[in-house]
Amino acid sequence: MADLISAVLRGMTFGTIYGLLAVGLVLTFKTSGVFNLAYGAQAFLSAAVYYDTHIRHGWPIPFALLLAVVVVAPLGGFILDRVLFRHLRAASSVARLVTVLGLLVALPQVIDLWFGTAQSSATGVVPDGLKVYHPLSGVFLYRDDIATITIAVLIVIGLVVLFRATALGLRMRAVVESSRMTELAGVNAEVVSMSSWMLASFIAGLSGVLIAPALGQVNGIFFTPLVVAAISAAVLASLTSIPIAFAGGLGLGVLQQILSIYLPTNSILATNLRPSLPFVALFLILIFNPGLRNRRDLADPLAGVAPPPPQPIVLERSRELTIGLRGWWTIVLGLLGYYVFFHANVSIVQETQTAVIYAIIFASIVVITGMAGEISLCQGTFAGIGGLVTFQLATSQGMSVLVAIVIGALVAAVVGAILAIPVLRLAGIYLSLATLAFALFFDNVMVKFSWVSGSPSPPQIPRPQLGGIDFASQKSFLVLCLMVMLLVAGALLLIRNGTTGRTLAALRGSTVASAAIGISPARARVVAFALSAAIAGLGGGLLVTANAQVSYQSNFISDLGLVWVVLVVSLGSRTFEGSMQAAASFIFFPILILQDAGPWIVDHIQPWYHLVQMPAGLESILFGLGAVTYAKHPEGLLEFNTRKSLVKIQARIDKFKSRRAQRKVAAAGAAS
Amino acid sequence: MTLLEASEITKTFAGITALDHVSLDVEPGEIVGLIGPNGAGKTTFFNCLLGMLKPDEGTVRFDGKDLSRVATHRRARLGIGRTFQRIELFAQMTPREHLFIAERVRRADGALWKDLLGRGRPKPAELEAVEETIALLGLDDVADRPIEALSLGRGRMVEVGRALMTRPTLLLLDEPSSGLDHHETLELAEKLREVSAARGAAILLVEHDVAMVRSLVSRVFVLDFGTLIATGPTDEVFSHEAVRRAYLGDVV
Repeated sequence: MADLISAVLRGMTFGTIYGLLAVGLVLTFKTSGVFNLAYGAQAFLSAAVYYDTHIRHGWPIPFALLLAVVVVAPLGGFILDRVLFRHLRAASSVARLVTVLGLLVALPQVIDLWFGTAQSSATGVVPDGLKVYHPLSGVFLYRDDIATITIAVLIVIGLVVLFRATALGLRMRAVVESSRMTELAGVNAEVVSMSSWMLASFIAGLSGVLIAPALGQVNGIFFTPLVVAAISAAVLASLTSIPIAFAGGLGLGVLQQILSIYLPTNSILATNLRPSLPFVALFLILIFNPGLRNRRDLADPLAGVAPPPPQPIVLERSRELTIGLRGWWTIVLGLLGYYVFFHANVSIVQETQTAVIYAIIFASIVVITGMAGEISLCQGTFAGIGGLVTFQLATSQGMSVLVAIVIGALVAAVVGAILAIPVLRLAGIYLSLATLAFALFFDNVMVKFSWVSGSPSPPQIPRPQLGGIDFASQKSFLVLCLMVMLLVAGALLLIRNGTTGRTLAALRGSTVASAAIGISPARARVVAFALSAAIAGLGGGLLVTANAQVSYQSNFISDLGLVWVVLVVSLGSRTFEGSMQAAASFIFFPILILQDAGPWIVDHIQPWYHLVQMPAGLESILFGLGAVTYAKHPEGLLEFNTRKSLVKIQARIDKFKSRRAQRKVAAAGAAS
Repeated sequence: MTLLEASEITKTFAGITALDHVSLDVEPGEIVGLIGPNGAGKTTFFNCLLGMLKPDEGTVRFDGKDLSRVATHRRARLGIGRTFQRIELFAQMTPREHLFIAERVRRADGALWKDLLGRGRPKPAELEAVEETIALLGLDDVADRPIEALSLGRGRMVEVGRALMTRPTLLLLDEPSSGLDHHETLELAEKLREVSAARGAAILLVEHDVAMVRSLVSRVFVLDFGTLIATGPTDEVFSHEAVRRAYLGDVV
């Protein structure tokens, strides 16, 4: 009994923080339509500032707290609102999601740049926080816990008073209902939205500082499960009700602690499950909350405002331009191929291999996002499944590697199809969250099982052989990868122009109208997920074969899956060209800029700013910031720039043609 | 045999009764009107017919078959087509593509492997069917424009055409004249008469435009606050006392 009471009290520490964060998430979603996935990073920022000032620089607690929670946190919210989210109020829900994903990728790295990744034990906001109290015999409680619960409850009371009794609260409640209607009533919704961002960021900062002692360390990775639990609570409230969000968070925290004393300690499932309960809870809530079904428009306060993106430039350009462009690309690719095959050193051949394989993996994002119009955050998991199956079949089962790769793709397809079934009724942000929960669950639970990840000291995966051809050398394997890539690109083209592509386009336009002409939305969704997973799995299989081993943590983890989506979508997810560009950036950017040009850049920055080497997370930061431009160019940066330059070239051609026509007329005139 | 037989359909939303034991039937090839003031439950009724909403009570029979456990897209394949009050088109597709995808789905010929073998391209027979409907609805001049460039009236025509491509035996039209001017409404009524004659499809028409209803339909059902207050031949119903009070007011 005493154990149970202790667990409940301990759970309340976490629960009040989950609840506070959930309230902040609901607040910003409803006032700006942005579901702030980067919320955990904001909490981490304040925790880091507090730690840095209080522990490292020895500031007294009140000053450190004031700076971290009252100054830095709201300032962050202010900047985010002014620089980013203000412009997203009229953007499509995909644009908002991609922007937030960019932030989610970039923000933790930015914080790491300043704070460093050094692990550090945290202290609470009261002196001597580890002092233990015994309110009942056998029940114990830290002083930090008491402080956390007290402050959180005070904040919630404050929020209730704010919403019930002040003019700003009234306006926020009104904007929660409908920002456009509120504007029509003469309220400046921008100011309200800005205030709610600052308030939400303040809540995030406070939560981060308060929870740090319970987490034990100030480290970015601990904030992921935290924010996922908060997301679960916010989703439980259907992203609308603030009281339910808080109660849900509190309930989840308590439930988690209670489960952790009742789950058996000796089973591997229970051991892995305990820290990943938030992911499981999020997935289950998404599936079983009836309030979320078919709510793409309803859940989206400003849905329908966004103008449709322009048609692909391919459909508009003239025939001369098409011929010219094809010629140009043939020459460029021919020269590149000549260089790679006959002059480049072996490391460049290997990097080209990897880039080609990533182009295949990224084609899976073209299917799910470019064609089906949904954002999946578990593409890394699908690729990982393909890789793990290939690895196990090719090593311990001794199967032919090519067959193993194909089976890996099929297994990934089956997993994709099975995942698609429970989430059939979810759309938009909820679908993305469900895929994220699945990816996190796979990363944290499934991969720990040896039947999934194989033996810990693995033999190397051999290179494939086909009949008499051996793909052992780097160049011949590159040829194999190129052939697979061409097959995938051809398949994408056929699917786009075939029934499946058109069906998905129709569903993207209107689900109800598609059903009314006999399209089964469920079947199309399952096909899209299976196809996308199969392509990702195929790429994953090739990737582990190229590396001769599986390193799930460094190749397929969900964080990387996020970077992939952000990169492909911001460059252009509609065409295979987009995935090729994204793959080239993903592989060659870190090598060319950070590795090769890095020392030169460091040398030149050195006189002004002390810098030993190029910061590690720089590419994530740049890729993430790239996604932030997505709101302006929803067709993708690549398509945007292609359009811009093609329009210029077309104008030149037209000018040249009209001159020639004039000259002809003049010549004809002179002759007559 | 009666084509559509909806009996005792009841639907409540959070305590509000949107439909209260509504029964309605449509004979093959017949044009039937369903009228009533805004909020009477007409669109809810349509949604129940097609399975987009699940009625709390009551059954829908189509062609003698009970539809209770049939999904929306299967009902569409059985031969119920519909248009929407708030227009629902496929963004970034041309009218021709709208009609084509409906034709392809009707043929149930869209397996993924066929796409992968390059057999997913439009076939002559399909293109011919599309052409025919384009000609029937007079959409020739806009057939290859992006759908966003079409006026509301032409957009509604594309919706009608898309529904027709599924070869429906029953066409549910949800306020097809809303947002159209007087001239366009007349044209639409003319087209609907042609369509019904050419394709032999029965039409269930939800409409506010009394003149249009009178000129098209043989029988009318009148809904008010979720209850059926009158049914019968058009002229009879329009002279009915309760109908005039509930719906027509001073209009007629």
